[in-house]
Amino acid sequence: MTTATARISRPGHNAANPSREAKSRERALAWARRAPLLPALVFLILVTQLPFVATLVISFMNWNSLSPDKTAFAGLENYATVLTDPDLRQAIFTTILLTVSVVLISLLIGLGLALLLDKKFLGRGLARTLLIAPFLVVPVAAALIWKHALLNPTFGLINGVLTWVWSLFGSAEAPQLDLLSQAPMMAVILSLVWQWTPFMMLILLAGLQSRPMDTVEAAQMDGATPWGIFRHLTLPHLRQYLELGGLLGAIYIVQNFDAVFTLTAGGLGTANLPYAIYQTFYFANEYGLASAAGVVVVIGTIIVATFALRTVFSLFKKEAAR
Amino acid sequence: MSTLTPAAPQNSGPARSTSPTALNTGSRAARRRGKARMDPTRNNTAAGIAAWLLALLFAVPVLWMVLTSFHSETDAATNPPSVAANLTLDAYREFFGETSGVSPWPSLINSATASILSTVLVLLLAFPAAYALSIRPVKKWTDVMFFFLSTKMMPVVAAILPLYLFARTVGALDNIWFLILMYTSMNLPIAVWMMRSFLAEVPEEMLEAAQIDGANLLLILRKIIAPVAMPGIAATALICFIFSWNELLLARVLTGVVAGTAPVFLTGFVSGQGLFLAKVCAAAVVISLPVLFAGFAAQDKLVQGLSLGAVK
Amino acid sequence: MRPKMRAATLAAGALCVALSASACAGAGGGNSAGDPNSISVLMVNNPQMEDLQRLTAENFTKETGIRVNYTILPENDVRAKISQEFSSQAGQYDVASLSNYEIPFYSANGWLAPLDDVAADPAFDQDDVLPAYTASLTGEDGKLYGEPFYGESSFLMYRKDILDARGLTMPAKPTWDEVADIAAKVDGAEPGMKGICLRGQPGWGQVFAPLTTVVNTFGGTWFDKDWNAQVNSPKFTEAVEFYTKLVREHGEAGAAQAGFTECLNNMGQSKTAMWYDATSAAGALEAQNSPVKGKIGYAQAPVKETTSSGWLWTWSWAMQAASKKQDAAEKFIAWASSKDYEELVASELGWAKVPSGKRISTYENPEFQKAAPFFEAERFAIENADPKNPGAQARPAVGIQFVGIPEFAALGTNVSQGVSSAIAGQGSVADALAKGQEAAQKVGDKYKQP
Repeated sequence: MTTATARISRPGHNAANPSREAKSRERALAWARRAPLLPALVFLILVTQLPFVATLVISFMNWNSLSPDKTAFAGLENYATVLTDPDLRQAIFTTILLTVSVVLISLLIGLGLALLLDKKFLGRGLARTLLIAPFLVVPVAAALIWKHALLNPTFGLINGVLTWVWSLFGSAEAPQLDLLSQAPMMAVILSLVWQWTPFMMLILLAGLQSRPMDTVEAAQMDGATPWGIFRHLTLPHLRQYLELGGLLGAIYIVQNFDAVFTLTAGGLGTANLPYAIYQTFYFANEYGLASAAGVVVVIGTIIVATFALRTVFSLFKKEAAR
Repeated sequence: MSTLTPAAPQNSGPARSTSPTALNTGSRAARRRGKARMDPTRNNTAAGIAAWLLALLFAVPVLWMVLTSFHSETDAATNPPSVAANLTLDAYREFFGETSGVSPWPSLINSATASILSTVLVLLLAFPAAYALSIRPVKKWTDVMFFFLSTKMMPVVAAILPLYLFARTVGALDNIWFLILMYTSMNLPIAVWMMRSFLAEVPEEMLEAAQIDGANLLLILRKIIAPVAMPGIAATALICFIFSWNELLLARVLTGVVAGTAPVFLTGFVSGQGLFLAKVCAAAVVISLPVLFAGFAAQDKLVQGLSLGAVK
Repeated sequence: MRPKMRAATLAAGALCVALSASACAGAGGGNSAGDPNSISVLMVNNPQMEDLQRLTAENFTKETGIRVNYTILPENDVRAKISQEFSSQAGQYDVASLSNYEIPFYSANGWLAPLDDVAADPAFDQDDVLPAYTASLTGEDGKLYGEPFYGESSFLMYRKDILDARGLTMPAKPTWDEVADIAAKVDGAEPGMKGICLRGQPGWGQVFAPLTTVVNTFGGTWFDKDWNAQVNSPKFTEAVEFYTKLVREHGEAGAAQAGFTECLNNMGQSKTAMWYDATSAAGALEAQNSPVKGKIGYAQAPVKETTSSGWLWTWSWAMQAASKKQDAAEKFIAWASSKDYEELVASELGWAKVPSGKRISTYENPEFQKAAPFFEAERFAIENADPKNPGAQARPAVGIQFVGIPEFAALGTNVSQGVSSAIAGQGSVADALAKGQEAAQKVGDKYKQP
């Protein structure tokens, strides 16, 4: 079903050359539709694809910046190294674990927060600001706070609070957590969930506030329970925002670097792919290998995203009929 | 008649023949009605308490950061945490360069320039693109969307080398405009994705009705699209601003002594050989303030969504 | 209508601010970057460098009219940026803080400009610089490529009062077994106090700085003189197991994440009775506002099979070959590493903050000796550090706490991950060293003569 354009069609015109006229009008129509898209598309192609091609080229080279005279073409050697190196494979697994857990947990909490904030109560604006605060802090500063001020086993707030709470009950032997050494993945996940929940909350809140209230009113007038309204009206409407938040969050958290770098320096099995690439670039100075790893990440993410978008996500499905 | 149907498509709703001209006058009355019906006070106290508890829990690290910034360095590193330790402005004095002689203002101004200009650029590019992908979708819009997303799949750290070499060759190292370009390309895909979702909320029937009535593009934008999409545009702008403001890796690699941004300046305080927590907290507090203001400003637009109920 | 107008004015206002600000930023940038009388310096953010930044405008710039623009970053970040900058000869920075690790192979690649002019200046007095540093900063072609800003070795710092209270004495040149013994005895001497603090954080310059010296003195080595990796040899294994056991039994909590700063903190807050680490730590511990000032004793780096085991390290100034302002840069380097600068710091900030460890004259200055009770121990440690022969066997490359090859940064960091895991109790030393041996042998094979 084509929507009518703003231009008024002239009945007389079509009579002479219907097919050619119709085709050129169709083409003009198509270009008029494309026009608004072009600036963004062209800009992005120029600024991202050229570096990508360069990275691709470098990935086929054996280039160690500390031995510049030994730079040479290496074919697929770097890719072989990337795919067989156990550390890089561990990094892949870590990345997946990190991304899935952070996205799911922060979506869940973000949903709860958005639902709460959608209601009107005293001081809602302030509460909302406090909840966005974790997302506003510079990520590297946030990671430093988590590492030194909160999680530090000797000086951190978490252990300090535990000591204080236990002392209230008269005990001097409070359990002291050492997340950074004993459960470093949890520490990284914790700090990332803390940081990204506001992002999910923002998206879901904007989604909640764009839902049609008339159906909700009508349902309430008809005596539907809040849970019923949530399940049958709110959640379906929110589904595409949940997917949007999940997809965008995943893309960002796959790339996350500051948290791993600051909290654990990639130690104890927490090195994810961006960190592994960083190490290869800046410690090993193996530019070719690091570029190859980057390309592998892109290909892997494309495969996963294609699969996700075609099967699990409904973001594209219902709109395709438009 | 109950309109409560499972999985009712959100865009339809009962057919309303709201002509464009009736939009303004109908909205305020409907808004009042919507508010009254939607929020019985009884529910809200419970929601309020729960929200406040969670808000405080989430804010504890930030509040602790603010508190630590007012402590001396040695106090900042004690266990149990010395909440009642003497407050001092030393960390802030260090940050503002009283002792080091280095002012943070150039880096703050650089951050502001880069973030504001890149966000404006992103919005200018993304809005028409989102329009062309939702309201008047091009053919194969799903492929275009996927392409936009795919540009974010390369870890920045892997692509930095070509960018650095290119910038070095054309002399664009340590240049704020190059950074603005990078930030724009960094945020554009997300902006397009987000705005597309929000623009897709605009009810089709209203657009059709408006066109039948002969409304031109500008009017349609102002009266139909903007009210629906405003919260989304605000959220997108805020998120792009935040990402640009907080970005560290590109800034650190591509800038030097002139175009350094605030996060790079902050990392300069992270000493490997001394106590630094209070200074870093002070730096983080000051650097987070502009983003906080941006968040405040954008919240207004997010709240505007309440008026939407009546538009339909 | 009103909210949209507000939004529009807000946006317009922001745009105006941004454009005018960018004009200011751009204008300011143009002046300073292209100005022949200004140089750009990239350095690590150690306290001595921060003091340098503080004192530059009032002293160096006033005297010479040369403005210095600094970029200060944490060590890992600055290394990454320096490597990128110097390998591509981008010319953004004229001077950078490099160490005796990189300068040899950076100069071999032609990335550095020689500093012979600085060395030849009698006012600079190159002979006053400790010979160990002059030697380690000289390139293969015999030219000097770096001037030390401050130098350090490593030694053992301990709380005299705590040991006295327990009736223990620390010999001036202890062995590791003695130190382990004392650590066990003072563990828990005060509530929350552990016996010893040792680095455990992953990184070739973190855990492996002290650990490699322990390996050396236990008779182990990374490579033998024919480039065969010796990482899982019995001596290397013994050393790492000893270190790990000591840290786990009597060391700080969260050892696997503890680096220099954490141990400095612990020592300053009386959470540990002993600390084996860089001599430059003593300056912070003896500073005016340090809670443990005057309570610390200093002993030589513990040994086992060798007579000394302290490391040798210097943060030095190097000039980029692509720099277009080499004259001004040389003046800066000559000033920053000069005796005058040290006296300036002494008069403005106190002798404990002087970037010491590089000049013989400093050690012989009575005022410095008074303010730095550790000066003798430090000087002895530096003068007895032998980068060419630090252990019980011949080495294929120089370096005490590192192997002076470019690949060592990645290799050391790689192996350190496993060691940190072992310190955290999540993996065995044997496994970590087995993996390390593989990685090290790959590197060794590259250097073996065909």
